[in-house]
Amino acid sequence: MKEQEQAYQSTQPTPQDVVMDIRDLHIAFGSNVVLDGFELQLHKGECKVVLGRSGSGKSVLIKCIIGLLKPDSGSITVMGKDILNMDHEELDKMRMRIGFLFQSNALYDSMTVRENLEFPMRRHHIDLADQTAEQRILEALENVGLEHTIDMMPVELSGGMKKRIALARTLILKPDIILYDEPTSGLDPVTSREIAHLITEVQKKYKTSSIVISHDMSCVHTVADKIAVLLDGKKRAEGTYSELAKSDIKEVKEFFE
Amino acid sequence: MQLPKSLQAFLQEAGNLAAFTGRFFREAFRPRYEWREFIRQCFIIGYKSLPLIGVTGFIMGLVLTMQLRPSLVDYGVEAQLPAMVSLAIIREIGPVITALIFAGKIGSSIGAELGSMKVTEQIDAMEVSGTNPFKYLVVTRVAATTLMLPVLVILSDAISIYGGYLGVNIKANTSWSLFIKQVFEILDFSDVIPAVIKTFFFGFAVGMIGCYKGYNSKKGTEGVGASANTAVVLSSLVVFIIDLVAVQVTDLLGLN
Ligand SMILES: Nc1ncnc2c1ncn2[C@@H]1O[C@H](COP(=O)(O)OP(=O)(O)OP(=O)(O)O)[C@@H](O)[C@H]1O
Ligand SMILES: [Mg+2]
Repeated sequence: MKEQEQAYQSTQPTPQDVVMDIRDLHIAFGSNVVLDGFELQLHKGECKVVLGRSGSGKSVLIKCIIGLLKPDSGSITVMGKDILNMDHEELDKMRMRIGFLFQSNALYDSMTVRENLEFPMRRHHIDLADQTAEQRILEALENVGLEHTIDMMPVELSGGMKKRIALARTLILKPDIILYDEPTSGLDPVTSREIAHLITEVQKKYKTSSIVISHDMSCVHTVADKIAVLLDGKKRAEGTYSELAKSDIKEVKEFFE
Repeated sequence: MQLPKSLQAFLQEAGNLAAFTGRFFREAFRPRYEWREFIRQCFIIGYKSLPLIGVTGFIMGLVLTMQLRPSLVDYGVEAQLPAMVSLAIIREIGPVITALIFAGKIGSSIGAELGSMKVTEQIDAMEVSGTNPFKYLVVTRVAATTLMLPVLVILSDAISIYGGYLGVNIKANTSWSLFIKQVFEILDFSDVIPAVIKTFFFGFAVGMIGCYKGYNSKKGTEGVGASANTAVVLSSLVVFIIDLVAVQVTDLLGLN
């Protein structure tokens, strides 16, 4: 019966307001099975948190979404397009619409903050007059409250500032979807809270849809519309914060204690 | 039959490096070309190693001359000193020593730079920003080392020969023009050309191995350190191996 249900689900068409539809995703590295039939739907304007323990494959999941890793099987549809069967050009176009905030920020060490923000625009061949480009950079920095760092090098920034600059660099292309990989890891509680609020602000201001990977429960509480729990490579539960806090699945409840 | 673990690891590593090199040739000759980054790398790589290579080249020429003199005096051919020194420098010592210093300086810095870019996801970030990181990082650097090392070797040779001139003049009194005349009398194209050609291979090996080690760096700061370190060790070794092959080839071609 249960199998029938699943089979039925995975042939169902994607509803209109779903901007991302992940189905039956499998990926393994050698004998290490990381994702084993994971699925997830992201609705327009929604902020969905994927909760999972360290090493459960959360980073692997979003790297599959952006095409950095190729899953063994399954499908990922973003804004109606199949990510997994794209040629390089299509994928690059899609990547302009999906922002990615890396777990380790991934700011280019050898470039100033300005050059870091310029890089995605220049490389995606977004032809802007010098003035407009500069304006965009300033706007992105303004959003994260760090206009004064524009000529600094990444090494001169604190962890929280780096995270904000990385977010600014993600925002510069005005993506429709943003993927956040543990946006508050390694930050103190106060800075974490600030970043969490920043994420909700960005969400409202640019009407983006987001997937946030996290196990920082205060951040999760602030940003999440819905939470999906990743366990043993599958989606074990999904619901709002208060729904899941009352869950009687032991592994799910543990996060909320 | 089971191969010993260390041999297996070695073969695996050699295979991976060969595959990485193959990828270099596939990507290098297909657009889009990263000219800006290539020129920037040439400048950085050349400029960064210039002082070190200049100083070591000078000392090398000076010391070599001072060391050779007693033996030549013993044989009564002291007049051959400029010729001997310049031959040794141009044919062997200049290219090899310069390449080794280059491996230490540039190989390690490429290994460390790409290694830390890898572990802090900067390489992934490039890829999602519409950039082929292999072209942008690896192809440009390897092309730059391949091109710049020969230039550095020629400079180093020139400075060494000048060091040799000073070395000769410690005990004797030779004019610069006489010294240079003696040098060019003995030097032949068959000395210079193979020596310069092999430096392209040295430069290629140093860049390739530095990039390979960095690009495949293991997670963590330790991994980055290890990449830088093994890049130097391996590329130094490969410089000697190429040197060995080069001497056989020139011999076979009758260029000796
Ligand atoms: N490129 C790769 N090659 C091989 N194994 C990998 C690779 N990337 C990830 N893995 C493995 O996949 C598993 C999940 O890794 P992942 O980085 O997704 O964990 P995570 O849930 O993001 O954990 P964390 O909270 O620590 O970031 C780990 O066992 C890891 O070793
Ligand atoms: Mg992770």
